[in-house]
Amino acid sequence: MLNIIWLAMMVIAVIVGAATGKIPAIILSITDSAKFAFNLALGLTAMMSLWLGIMKIAEASGLIDLFTKGLRPVLIRLFPDVPVDHPAMGAISMNMAANILGLNNAATPFGLRAMAELEKINPHPGIATNTMCTFLALHSSNLQIIPTTAITLLAAGGALHPTDIIVPFILSSICGVVAAIVVSKLLEKLPRYRQPLQLAESEGISS
Amino acid sequence: MTISAFSEQFGNCLLLLFLVGIPLYGHFRKVPVYDTFIEGAKEGFPTFLRILPFMIGMLVAIGMLRASGAFDLFTQVLTPLLSIFGIPPEIAPIAILRPFSASAATASVADILHTQGGNSYQSHLATIVAGTTDTTFFILAMYFGAANIRNTRHAVPTSIIVDIVGIISAVWITRWILA
Repeated sequence: MLNIIWLAMMVIAVIVGAATGKIPAIILSITDSAKFAFNLALGLTAMMSLWLGIMKIAEASGLIDLFTKGLRPVLIRLFPDVPVDHPAMGAISMNMAANILGLNNAATPFGLRAMAELEKINPHPGIATNTMCTFLALHSSNLQIIPTTAITLLAAGGALHPTDIIVPFILSSICGVVAAIVVSKLLEKLPRYRQPLQLAESEGISS
Repeated sequence: MTISAFSEQFGNCLLLLFLVGIPLYGHFRKVPVYDTFIEGAKEGFPTFLRILPFMIGMLVAIGMLRASGAFDLFTQVLTPLLSIFGIPPEIAPIAILRPFSASAATASVADILHTQGGNSYQSHLATIVAGTTDTTFFILAMYFGAANIRNTRHAVPTSIIVDIVGIISAVWITRWILA
């Protein structure tokens, strides 16, 4: 699916650009975006190294185990295919905690680590598992206790009561979380998205 | 402004709680904290090599779309459609741009703040819509890149549906509470 979307994005850009005479702007944007992507990845790597180091300490000190134990009832229902004591669960819970607390810089490294760990227990490497899809869908709904960025933006725009948005913000995020869980669990059962050999191999495991 | 200052302080405290609190806890549990930190941090750079190709591919395509003026076209075409679901025309560009580009969406929010003022209902709604959704395509590319996934199965349709539900519920809930 990303193959088609990626191709469509570029083809549409060229067609629209040709129609509006913006081909030179597109050409300029190519090097700009590639450099931007490189710098972004580089910045992320710095954050990655820092937070993976911290996470290793959290792991070694048993803090992550404590954490996962607390979240256990939620995690086993959301991700029934992952063993509770697997490092992937630790990374997933750290990612969720960081996201909910609004620590985006920390959340991404934990999330990427979780994906890499999930791939290690993937029976069909290269093909997304149900867990990965549910986990990613949850990212589309930015659940946060205090929406710092939104409040800062509003306050900068001169709002007298920028914290007004906290309640509607949290309620909308909760709708997003519910949608993420329901939609991903429904779509994973559709024949066209079914995992290969799922019937033969993991009928007993999947709930 | 004091409230935003408070929320910034709160965020900073949380960050430090993670960054200093975890090693502190580790130290009390007799973990050699610096050695352990170095060991974990070594895994950072390989991630760079893994996600770089995916990020370059996705961001170049998004950059081309933006430079071509296709985003403006999408906005014009989709605005009447979105108004059927109660999404006001000023919010439509944010709803449409957000899955592709955080900076483009933030620019739209800034524009609404500028033209409507920080105390307006539109500005509140704009920040909520931009905040409760995420840059879906970018996240998909980056996260699947880290795991080296080629077949994404239902991830793309799920994330798009969740984005749409998120935007519509943000509009309805905000109208119910703040309007």
